[in-house]
Amino acid sequence: MNMIRVTKQAVATALAKASKSYAIAGPVKAGAGHEFRCLGQGQVPDLEYTHTRLSPKSLLFPQAEPMFHFKLPETTGEPGDTPPAFLEAESFKEAPLAVVGLRPWDARALDLLKLNFDSPDYTDPFFIKRYNAMVRVGLADIHPDPENFSLAAGSGPFDEASVDILLADAGDAFIGKVITGKGRDFAGAAGFEPGSPDDAKAFAALKAAAEKEADILPACDRINDADTLDLYHADFWEAAAFSCINCGACTFACPTCWCFDIQDEVNQGKGVRLRLWDSCMTDLYSAHASGHNPREKGFQRFRNRFMHKLKYFPDKYGAGIMCVGCGRCITQCPGGIDIREVMAAMNAAAATVQQEVSP
Amino acid sequence: MTTATKERAENALQEKIQEKIRGIAATLLENGTVDAVIGYSRGSLSHMTRAIMAKTREDAQKLVFNSHCRMNLAAYLTPELMEKACAGKDRAGKVAVVAKGCDSRNMVIQIQENRYARDQVHIIGVPCTGMLDKAALARGVEQEQANCATCIRRNPVIHDDLAGDPVPETDPDKDRFADVAKIEAMAPPEKAAFFDDLVSGCTRCYACRNACPLCYCPTCFVDEARPQWVGKTVDPTDVMTYHLVRAFHDAGRCTDCGACEAACPMDIPMRHFTRKTIRDTVTAFGCEAGTDPDKRPALDRFELKDPEGFIR
Repeated sequence: MNMIRVTKQAVATALAKASKSYAIAGPVKAGAGHEFRCLGQGQVPDLEYTHTRLSPKSLLFPQAEPMFHFKLPETTGEPGDTPPAFLEAESFKEAPLAVVGLRPWDARALDLLKLNFDSPDYTDPFFIKRYNAMVRVGLADIHPDPENFSLAAGSGPFDEASVDILLADAGDAFIGKVITGKGRDFAGAAGFEPGSPDDAKAFAALKAAAEKEADILPACDRINDADTLDLYHADFWEAAAFSCINCGACTFACPTCWCFDIQDEVNQGKGVRLRLWDSCMTDLYSAHASGHNPREKGFQRFRNRFMHKLKYFPDKYGAGIMCVGCGRCITQCPGGIDIREVMAAMNAAAATVQQEVSP
Repeated sequence: MTTATKERAENALQEKIQEKIRGIAATLLENGTVDAVIGYSRGSLSHMTRAIMAKTREDAQKLVFNSHCRMNLAAYLTPELMEKACAGKDRAGKVAVVAKGCDSRNMVIQIQENRYARDQVHIIGVPCTGMLDKAALARGVEQEQANCATCIRRNPVIHDDLAGDPVPETDPDKDRFADVAKIEAMAPPEKAAFFDDLVSGCTRCYACRNACPLCYCPTCFVDEARPQWVGKTVDPTDVMTYHLVRAFHDAGRCTDCGACEAACPMDIPMRHFTRKTIRDTVTAFGCEAGTDPDKRPALDRFELKDPEGFIR
């Protein structure tokens, strides 16, 4: 057992030590809530935070990412004078980044994102460099929010699968486990003390208590085996989507939504190609160049978002649903949409169809 | 009245309104006056409601009214909805809508702007005593929404049914625009810093725009993509361009319903922009948007006495 402990008073010193070898990111106060930020020298993450409104995905996948810069070449205008355009890749040196205070489900979301950004067909250089350079110092959630259903979504308040270290708040100190080699290196650099067998017991007790408190979501077990078109044509979608105003609040807050748009911004012959977060909730997202839009109606876009998360993605990757149960979309939706209810509706629709076909 | 007593009285009032809404909705649906009723229903979170389209007596029993009916249902009155409501019928759709004072003002404007005809909507008016601020509730504080505190029309301007006795309007003489004056008094650099900070958390999810009953352009200027009119980044210039242009587009039309702020997942008080346009419309033209069905919006008409001091 690789138990570690760091008293709350010693956190700042430990991170200062670690910052000699790592850049540090973590949750800090921003406006009325908390957000993940890369921290400056001496800045300490607020590990008393409950949740961040935006997920930490921006640390791997920023909302606006310059991919490369370009200059339009000067030409004499003579026929045949077409000098090549000038391209310059974004200089990209990622130092090892330790994210301190990452919730276990937010960490799992980063691994789900990787399925899209690092596939057999294509490896996204921006994402994967940051992904590989990241050390995840997780912070278990000893009191999950009522809207959090991470345990049922395949993660949980003490999920160890996607973190390098998992700490838990034990009052005057953080106690926890070193899980990977990356985690061991960070623990060494930060000078975390070894934990005791009592710490191991306390950690297990905190875990049991948090998991007991954690919500179990409406099951989505039947969605997997349901026929895609049966779900797609189920009759609940329009009513379920009625209050949705098709804004992008859910997609931007979501730790697993990864869709993006590409835009060139050009000014006086110089330009930059940007990759920007996009949202499938918007009309523009699915508009074709022809003018046709396959998801013209709001409810169609609503349906697509949930079908992608709960059906297409599991079917494609076999890695479970594209949702870690953080609950951000539930608390932030202006229309009061609750993904747990949509899951239940899909599961129920799947059950109805299955009953109909079985003799 | 103590705060607790006042709350109990308001809750009792709202429960009565809720019962009336259900009764009116059921009758309208059963006697065929309307194809559907747009109202609020309970959300999965205690401090949220969600819009529903009730089509049967059973649906009508799901309608609620409480201090969490922050969304403006006028924003749901799209041509698509009108079409859906009358699907299969050989006539234009007619829907009933639950409308608070501010919502009814937005409906006045939508009718003036030919969004739909007056006879296509049946307004179930609700005398309103204000909504609770969602962001404050998240901090455990029960406090009225800022826009409700300066409300000038708690009772619906137009209605076909009234789901409750009219409530007294707030004191019209009280200083409604102290918030605007405070910002106007700032020195330019201070003002710039204030507004930069105000929108710094914006992710451009457009919840404010989509919740707004005035924002119904078929293609919003930020969605003009051939070519792109406004950059899509979260660069401060792009973000501010969005907020300022939207505020100006709503000038003379905004009823201060507060749906934009209630919808914002980042709790950005973007009403600071629209409040200034409201104050200026009142000062320059003596107009309160949507309070008079017979008077077109201030920026939609010309009168010889219109001030022209701004022309230099």
